[in-house]
Amino acid sequence: MAEHSDILIVIGPASSPVKKGDLAALGLGKAASEKTGGAFDALVLGPHAAEAAAEVAPHGARTVFTLDHPDLATYTAEAYARAAHAFLDGRTYRLIAAATSSSTREYLPRLAVRLDAPMASDVLALDDIALDDVAAGDGTATFTRAVFVGNLLSTVELSGALAIATCRASEFDPPETGAASPVEAVALSDASLAHPRKKFVSTSQAKTERPELTEAEVVVTAGRGTKGPDKGIPLAEELADLLGAALGSTRAVVDAGWLPNEFQVGQTGKIIAPKLYIAIGVSGAIQHLAGMRNSKTIVAINKDPEAPIFEVADFGLVADLFEAVPELIAKVRELRREA
Amino acid sequence: MSLKLLVPIKRTPHRDSRIRIAADGALDTANLKYEVNPFDELAVEEALRIKESAEPFGGGELVVVTVGGEACHQQILAALAMGADRALRVDTDEPLDSAQIARCLAVVVERESPDLVLTGKLAYDDENGQVPAMLAEMLDWPQATQASSVEILDGGKRARVVCEVDSGLDEVELELPAVITADLRLNEPRYASLPGIMRAKRKPLDVMPLADAGDIGGGRARVLSYRELPPKPAGVRVESVDELIGKLQERKLL
Ligand SMILES: Cc1cc2nc3c(=O)[nH]c(=O)nc-3n(C[C@H](O)[C@H](O)[C@H](O)COP(=O)(O)OP(=O)(O)OC[C@H]3O[C@@H](n4cnc5c(N)ncnc54)[C@H](O)[C@@H]3O)c2cc1C
Ligand SMILES: Nc1ncnc2c1ncn2[C@@H]1O[C@H](COP(=O)(O)O)[C@@H](O)[C@H]1O
Repeated sequence: MAEHSDILIVIGPASSPVKKGDLAALGLGKAASEKTGGAFDALVLGPHAAEAAAEVAPHGARTVFTLDHPDLATYTAEAYARAAHAFLDGRTYRLIAAATSSSTREYLPRLAVRLDAPMASDVLALDDIALDDVAAGDGTATFTRAVFVGNLLSTVELSGALAIATCRASEFDPPETGAASPVEAVALSDASLAHPRKKFVSTSQAKTERPELTEAEVVVTAGRGTKGPDKGIPLAEELADLLGAALGSTRAVVDAGWLPNEFQVGQTGKIIAPKLYIAIGVSGAIQHLAGMRNSKTIVAINKDPEAPIFEVADFGLVADLFEAVPELIAKVRELRREA
Repeated sequence: MSLKLLVPIKRTPHRDSRIRIAADGALDTANLKYEVNPFDELAVEEALRIKESAEPFGGGELVVVTVGGEACHQQILAALAMGADRALRVDTDEPLDSAQIARCLAVVVERESPDLVLTGKLAYDDENGQVPAMLAEMLDWPQATQASSVEILDGGKRARVVCEVDSGLDEVELELPAVITADLRLNEPRYASLPGIMRAKRKPLDVMPLADAGDIGGGRARVLSYRELPPKPAGVRVESVDELIGKLQERKLL
């Protein structure tokens, strides 16, 4: 039975294979449970919950709960919030958290209202968590967040017996694997979870053989300097394929219709921190930096020596990308052949 | 049937501001310029377009609302100058948390009974992205977030929304009333015209004391302090592709 010191990590809609970020969120669960002296559980939601739970199980949760329901078959915020809420009926946790995604960004705030609990979004770290007086429900949890387009950090305090958070997965690591935790399927008696006034119509996604931005260790990002799909975008793609990298883009490139929106990196796109980030023809506007500045190694190729991207680049090459990128591709290919 | 649209707007530091921190960890707001949160500008623009397209079936009314102090007056005027019909300000100088702001907005929604609430997807300052979903849940309304297109159907009974999600685009259909949040590609906000700016000053603005919102609960999420990012070691300029490859090999990245 869950207690005031326990943590719940919510994964949903779960995919199989499980997203790297969802496993990383378990790392927050573990760290938080070590601070409270409790345990952490996982709640895996949606039609792929069973397969996903098998992958979650070796990561040290006390129990991995799975929950599926016909109304979770296609994702809606309303149904996922209701499902998590129904699961929590009669269960007590100190912190409920999930990896930040376009889904959790919209259903965790709904869950927070249902549970009448305070919430912090896209936290980078858990600084402290305590429950001073269980009976009175007095407690505080403090988190570090990025604010002002990633230019500043803030410390946010949530008070009360329960805190809700989404966490930036790139800042956490999955707990080490060990013996598999028990997996327990939870059945809901609720006939309906869907909101009667919302209907999912369709989803569309660009077909790609490349890794997803949020899963990749290497990302090659094309900026407006690539000058379009018949010019520099294929160069970025070729380099990405050579490195087994995901393809990223700036807002300018998506706005121009050169690449679809799911490739956008930045404040309004994805926030990532791969091992290697190569920016080609990207100026480095603050809204773009907000999405990649924590990458472990940043390479920038830009012909303008004053481009702000060089301020965050570990290695900056001032060059015309139409010369430098083909040379880079040829030389990496040669290295591969020698190896 | 006339369509009533409500757009909550927030006053945020200008998008190009260089924000500094005062000694006590608070923001140094001394020389900051403010604007309407960029995402809220998109919401106002979309509401104006919906209103204009509703002319054939009875037209509409666009009300902007903000929760904040007197300093928000400039941003209210900016939204009125774009074309909003009237404004309402829930008056407070307290730093409210997302749930409290959502609660204030829920009270306004109950008073105004809009068909649609259009918000920004995110406030540019604290980047919480919580208020709209919290508001929708408080009202038990459906929501569509990060919209890149909104189409009003059946003379204002339904909305079809394309949402930018991690995997690409999701299309959903909402029966109104509902909450929709605006993302960057939704539209290109118009500039206020000179006559628009003149008219704005004469448009109705109601100020509602925070107390009139009733019990909005205690603030349970608060910013204790701000700080700078940890410094990052300066990078190096490489002179050639060969040197770049060498550096990446040193880090075992190639
Ligand atoms: C509210 C808001 C949110 C935003 N969110 C995002 C976001 O999430 N992500 C994002 O990316 N942007 C975002 N933006 C937009 C951002 O401000 C910039 O406009 C955008 O990032 C610029 O994209 P870019 O670097 O591709 O284009 P540009 O700024 O046009 O830069 C192109 C670069 O290519 C270089 N170049 C040109 N030709 C060559 C060549 N032959 N060889 C080498 N280099 C060359 C140029 O020197 C230049 O530096 C947002 C803006 C706002 C207002
Ligand atoms: N003080 C406020 N007054 C009115 N609307 C607000 C306020 N704060 C946030 N909002 C709305 O909620 C959206 C998301 O804000 P946030 O959840 O704070 O990131 C904003 O784009 C606004 O539309």
